[in-house]
Amino acid sequence: MSAATFTPMTPPFAPGAYGPDAQIMKDIDGLNWRLADYLKRGGYDGLKKILAENVPPEKIIAEMKTSALRGRGGAGFPAGLKWSFMPKGYTGQKYLVCNSDEGEPGTFKDRDILRYNPHSVIEGMAIAAYAMGITVGYNYIHGEIWDTYERFEEALDEARAAGYLGDRIQGSDFSFQLHAFHGYGAYICGEETALLESMEGKKGQPRFKPPFPASFGLYGKPTTINNTETFAAVPWIINHGGEAYLRLGKPNNGGTKIFSVSGDVERPGNYEVNMGTPFAKLLEMAGGMRGGRKLKGCIPGGSSMPVVPGDIMMECDMDYDSIAKAGSMLGSGAVIIMDDTRCMVKSLLRLAYFYYEESCGQCTPCREGTGWLYRVINRIEHGEGRNEDLDLLNSLADNIQGRTICALGDAAAMPVRAFIKHYRDEFQHHIDHKRCLVPVYV
Amino acid sequence: MLSPEALKKIDREVAKFPPDQKQSAVMAALAVAQDEKGWLPTETMDFVAAYLGMAPIAVYEVASFYAMYNLKPVGRHKLTVCTNLPCALSGGTHAAAHLQNRLGIGFNETTADGRFTLKEGECMGACGDAPVLLVDNKRMCSWMSNDKLDKLLDDLK
Ligand SMILES: Cc1cc2nc3c(=O)[nH]c(=O)nc-3n(C[C@H](O)[C@H](O)[C@H](O)COP(=O)(O)O)c2cc1C
Ligand code: SF4
Ligand code: FES
Repeated sequence: MSAATFTPMTPPFAPGAYGPDAQIMKDIDGLNWRLADYLKRGGYDGLKKILAENVPPEKIIAEMKTSALRGRGGAGFPAGLKWSFMPKGYTGQKYLVCNSDEGEPGTFKDRDILRYNPHSVIEGMAIAAYAMGITVGYNYIHGEIWDTYERFEEALDEARAAGYLGDRIQGSDFSFQLHAFHGYGAYICGEETALLESMEGKKGQPRFKPPFPASFGLYGKPTTINNTETFAAVPWIINHGGEAYLRLGKPNNGGTKIFSVSGDVERPGNYEVNMGTPFAKLLEMAGGMRGGRKLKGCIPGGSSMPVVPGDIMMECDMDYDSIAKAGSMLGSGAVIIMDDTRCMVKSLLRLAYFYYEESCGQCTPCREGTGWLYRVINRIEHGEGRNEDLDLLNSLADNIQGRTICALGDAAAMPVRAFIKHYRDEFQHHIDHKRCLVPVYV
Repeated sequence: MLSPEALKKIDREVAKFPPDQKQSAVMAALAVAQDEKGWLPTETMDFVAAYLGMAPIAVYEVASFYAMYNLKPVGRHKLTVCTNLPCALSGGTHAAAHLQNRLGIGFNETTADGRFTLKEGECMGACGDAPVLLVDNKRMCSWMSNDKLDKLLDDLK
């Protein structure tokens, strides 16, 4: 398959580039990322209102709970509930951390939020800090997106200069210092406790949980970690109310969601839609299947989630509960599209290699298991598969899943099981005939 | 061991953290050091360790854990191409093959003239721009058709 043939989306984009439902990315044209532009869009109104009216923190957390905003980083944990876990009456230092270490294959939404609407994240974090009584925060940004890291630093400078960050924000009693931090090439640092270790200047190896970050986080202090998109949704919720946010989506699945659509579509890119939007509509927004081909499979939530066969996906709506019903997870909102020319053995092989490469090596089932999975899939792909290999892969997956410190183990195991479940014939064909069912593509 | 400009950059990073947590700046400091030296020889890492009050071994551990640090000398330009699945579906592996052909080297190799080192990368969070590659860790190049790759190679002296 050759390089994309569509017209790349370079700034300035036409209005509505992210779709008609867009809220976070509404009126974003790729150039209007500065503070002055954000203010023109009503930016910092929420924070100003909270500070001017001395809104009680509990009220903000209650509003967040009403909104049914679920964490956009992968696990989908309700944000308001997470915020309520921070110890009350704790007088020591507490921290707020934004997880912008976007590295889940297929996910590229946080990069767009940070480079095209960075102040939405800053305002969201400031409101979160106010609600939880936190005075210091960090945004951990994926090392590979260096220009975005630099832009975010610039946005921080703008916000400080205008009194939206720093001491006594807008003349109130509330102070909040926010800094940017960059990673340098380790997928595992997206896992929240690995991220904290990394911020402490160590190898990014996940911690045992419990204790959870709310009690033992950065430097051992109570810490709340949310994803970039989670924070970016906060100003809208404050401005319009939790109820209105909830109504954009559906019960238990509030708001809009930015889906990163990649793979065999005409226009790969980010599209922001209301939760519960039919997958077919999202596919249409991305220009439909490339070359008009047929949808073979879709990984709806980033590479760590189970693949869903095309026919089931076409009937599915894009929200946490519907995707779960279809046998997968919404995850980070990365929608990887594969058409009927794709070899599923080869596709799985590349993912298996990724998890093998990125395992931090702390737990034996993950360290040894990811390598083993990779080697077995590799021999199937290269015509050396054995008849017992599919059962072996499933049993390896069983022995990894649920037996490790962090969810990378599950992330390596789940795709294997789902690919074999849905495309078993194709794997069997490789084993029986020592070659692929579909034409070579890479 | 590092230039005054580099130290200034490191100091700016150190200032982001509590005074007793200078170690938090180690990743940034190593990135700054690498920008200046091209890679991270032991004496550079030792310098960073002393500067931040860390044990040298703790700095080596960090440098070897994160993929973007160069623990060995690299060519004048390091090209890291993403070949993970979402990119592969939109030409990522073709871009990698084209670079290998043009440069006559495989992954983790450097051209004989010392101009280029080629690396295989994992997801850079830019899959919508596939094929994507990173030049010298800092510059992301998007939608890299063969023509654009050729032009990039010509431009990078
Ligand atoms: C291997 C692994 C990688 C992860 N990568 C990311 C990531 O890149 N970005 C992110 O926000 N969350 C990532 N997560 C999830 C985080 O651990 C955490 O749940 C999330 O940042 C919490 O924010 P949220 O509640 O707003 O989603 C990852 C988890 C695992 C196990
Ligand atoms: S599951 Fe894998 S990545 Fe996670 S802590 Fe264990 S070895 Fe590290
Ligand atoms: S898979 Fe290549 S940038 Fe994400």
